[in-house]
Amino acid sequence: MSTQAVNGSVSRGKVLTLDTMNPNVKKVEYAVRGAIVQRALQIEKELKEGVKKPFTEVIKANIGDAHAMGQKPITFLRQVLALCSYPALLEDNKFPEDAKQRARRILAACGGHSIGAYSASQGIECIRQDVSRYIEKRDGGIPSNPDNIYLSTGASDAIVTMLKLLVCGEGHDRTGVMISIPQYPLYSAALADLAAVQISYYLDEDKCWSLDVTELKRAVTAARQHCNPRVLCIINPGNPTGQVQSRQCIEDVIRFAKEEHLFVMADEVYQDNVYAEGCKFHSFKKVLFEMGPEYSSTVEMASFHSTSKCYMGECGFRGGYMEVINMDPEVKAQLTKLVSVRLCPPVTGQALLDLVVNPPQPDEPSYSMFMKERTEVLAALAEKARLTEKTFNTVPGIICNPVQGAMYTFPRITLPQKCIDTAKEEGLAPDMFYCMRLLEEEGICLVPGSGFGQREGTFHFRMTILPPTEKLKDVLQKIRDFHVRFTKQFS
Amino acid sequence: MEKLVLARRASQIKEELRQRMRNHKQVIDVSWGDPQSAGVKPLSFVRQVLAACLYPDLMNSNTLPLDIRQRAQRLLGECAGGSVGSYTATAGISEIVYRISEFITKRDGGAPSQPENIYISPGSQWALSNILKVLVNSEASPRTGVLTPEPCYPLTTFSIKGLGGVTVPYHLSEEQGWELQVEELHRALDSARGVCNPVALYVINPGNPAGYVQSRKSMQDVIRFASEKRLFLLADEVYQECVHGEKSEFLSYKRVLAEMGPPHSDTVELASFHSASKGFLGECGLRGGYVELVNLDPDVMKCIHKLFTIDSCAPVLSQFALDLMTNPPQPGDPSYPLYSKEIQHIKTMMAHNVKRVFEVLNSLLGFSCQPLEGGAFAFPRLYLPPKAIQKAKEMEVEPDMFYCIRLLEEAGVLVKPGWEYGQKEGTHHIRFCIMTSEDTMEEVLSRLSSFHTQFMKDFS
Repeated sequence: MSTQAVNGSVSRGKVLTLDTMNPNVKKVEYAVRGAIVQRALQIEKELKEGVKKPFTEVIKANIGDAHAMGQKPITFLRQVLALCSYPALLEDNKFPEDAKQRARRILAACGGHSIGAYSASQGIECIRQDVSRYIEKRDGGIPSNPDNIYLSTGASDAIVTMLKLLVCGEGHDRTGVMISIPQYPLYSAALADLAAVQISYYLDEDKCWSLDVTELKRAVTAARQHCNPRVLCIINPGNPTGQVQSRQCIEDVIRFAKEEHLFVMADEVYQDNVYAEGCKFHSFKKVLFEMGPEYSSTVEMASFHSTSKCYMGECGFRGGYMEVINMDPEVKAQLTKLVSVRLCPPVTGQALLDLVVNPPQPDEPSYSMFMKERTEVLAALAEKARLTEKTFNTVPGIICNPVQGAMYTFPRITLPQKCIDTAKEEGLAPDMFYCMRLLEEEGICLVPGSGFGQREGTFHFRMTILPPTEKLKDVLQKIRDFHVRFTKQFS
Repeated sequence: MEKLVLARRASQIKEELRQRMRNHKQVIDVSWGDPQSAGVKPLSFVRQVLAACLYPDLMNSNTLPLDIRQRAQRLLGECAGGSVGSYTATAGISEIVYRISEFITKRDGGAPSQPENIYISPGSQWALSNILKVLVNSEASPRTGVLTPEPCYPLTTFSIKGLGGVTVPYHLSEEQGWELQVEELHRALDSARGVCNPVALYVINPGNPAGYVQSRKSMQDVIRFASEKRLFLLADEVYQECVHGEKSEFLSYKRVLAEMGPPHSDTVELASFHSASKGFLGECGLRGGYVELVNLDPDVMKCIHKLFTIDSCAPVLSQFALDLMTNPPQPGDPSYPLYSKEIQHIKTMMAHNVKRVFEVLNSLLGFSCQPLEGGAFAFPRLYLPPKAIQKAKEMEVEPDMFYCIRLLEEAGVLVKPGWEYGQKEGTHHIRFCIMTSEDTMEEVLSRLSSFHTQFMKDFS
């Protein structure tokens, strides 16, 4: 048997080549797991093999993964999930009664009383009901219908599904999707894959990345020349920028969406991650309904949430949901059909989501530990947000907006002309060149601003604020020293 | 939309029964390939490892056997931050992917499997969707075609169409035990001329819904055909652990391809799919599957990688399930006796179910069932009386759908109608899961027999 059997070194023309494959897939880029991360993984391998470097570990501050950076899981959540996985533990008195009660309830809703059975494609019914109740409570009593809740494999899955449903038409009539610059590159990747038209609207860096309706208007008007704008995506709290939109801003966006007849996709996965004084999370749905029936009965919307962020940080579970509002019933039927292709979201993720929307109550045994852990996580994040902003703003050549929420900082960096020229020669975006150098010299992995989009001629990087405080201080100092060194080197 | 009709009616009836306990019966749902919902217990060692990984506190006592704790320790050590809540590498935790490649190599009699060609995904259909996305150009004219078996697993055909592709059915030969005949592949390909541009050939082995297991010769014929006609081979092998026929043996397409030697072994482009949902694990709800890509263009592999990065990664617990599936307890491990007992129980259960289903269905007038060689379902042929077909027509539903609705309403058994899978014009079938507890299977067969006898009488 040939030992060359693996990647076809025989020169027979392949069936599937760059020329014959779906051209849209070629345009897909997802910077968060892109080229710089590949290099970081390579370096980690080299370190393991004993190669000498100026550092002993690679700090992966490129991805919003809290547990990878040492954040501890919330005890209650894991107890219930362990009970669900191995129900024999329900006899074990090491587990508190409220955890057992939730596990029993979840198992009773599963086929064969097992998390190993398929669930309905839309998600386990009683969990969707719990999600609705959570939304109602969060939004001051505004009703939520469990039928409008779709559980998903992380929020990303629901976002992509929604876009699939919305993108249609050809040529001039092709769906245009408005997305912020900078944006979380899942959106640009999905739009490329679906061959939708990306309509970029710029957030205002000088005003703490706020959203200005005049900019939205500019973008959509220009776009109408060559496509059919139908969707407006907004991430709040923002990624990579961390801005928390004011209530007034959200109202303006909704008004704009109604005027321009746009479907609003509100990505709210960081809704618990709000740190800055004076900032508050306002759900799009709540604001929509408080604007009265003229808006609440007409504006079509989907809001997204996830178990990956907030205080849970359970990225590895791929749990999430979306709530659809004012969706045409026939379209909804198609949506229900579409989600059935993947059978169902992971049941463990659904179970986790149930606990997130149905946490221990004050009269329950697990309450005090749960609240303690939750508060600690969010307080630590808030502290790290402040520390990050403060430190970066002491560096000449780095301007850092306050990290109002989410998990990232997206500071602007000044790059000398020589750096820009060198980067061009190497075929790299200047901030990619910068980040690669930082990776090689300090073992710190960030994502260049070019991966998220930015105004022409500006450069940024996205760093997570997730490493433990002491390590973060170290990382910030290293970046500061690197930046000064780099600037000198390329001046 | 008719599929939703049946599902909706099923929910309605389940609700009514729950409220009124009509005939003191509960609805038995055997319409999915979901063993655990049909009474089959999960493997203890799998669930113990998952529990320990979820709540590592469990490792501080002797609640769980030593080898379980050791496995959990190792797996957590392979997770970023030692937590199952972290993201992993796009294709999966590298150590797990490596172990899967070792499993494949061993399974395939030494034909090497490269870890970098393996991607773990939330269920095999997810990976299949990604590969189809690369193959199917929705803007192409003529449209991209994929040869699919008839009958076929409907989610795959739905995926292909959803991506803007066209399915080109090749009929499996029911009278020959659902044999895949190469002449039929040729006929199907010819029929596509001028209609679409066929780029891929999708095979399911062991089959779904039909319970065949391909012979090596049949698989070689398929490979030769794919090679000659320049088709990308998609091999859906999720039922590889479900082989019942005494003379049947599962061989992977990878293995058969490798053992054919060059030029085929070096050139035929293949994607094979496996899953933790079927077989002895039956962990459908965990959503764990993988694809192994063979002989692909390196530039295309880079694009495929980028496509998988958008999904971040498969759930960590799913990755663990695949690891446990491919690395079960060995003799000498503390967990081995219980594991061995549980596996044997499932084997005995399947042997019982296969025997009973085959004999009961073939004893009923109006049913005929091909030998159940593998897979998780029975797909017997229904010979409906003309009066029943007429009634179905009046109700504007397919005849076998009409039968299924009646079966649900009168006997409380939910199965799937053959028309959902594609079948030869004028033939009718039903599909139901046979990976159920023995009691459930007996109950299903009992209710089905009574119902069927009455139905045939009513419409004679």
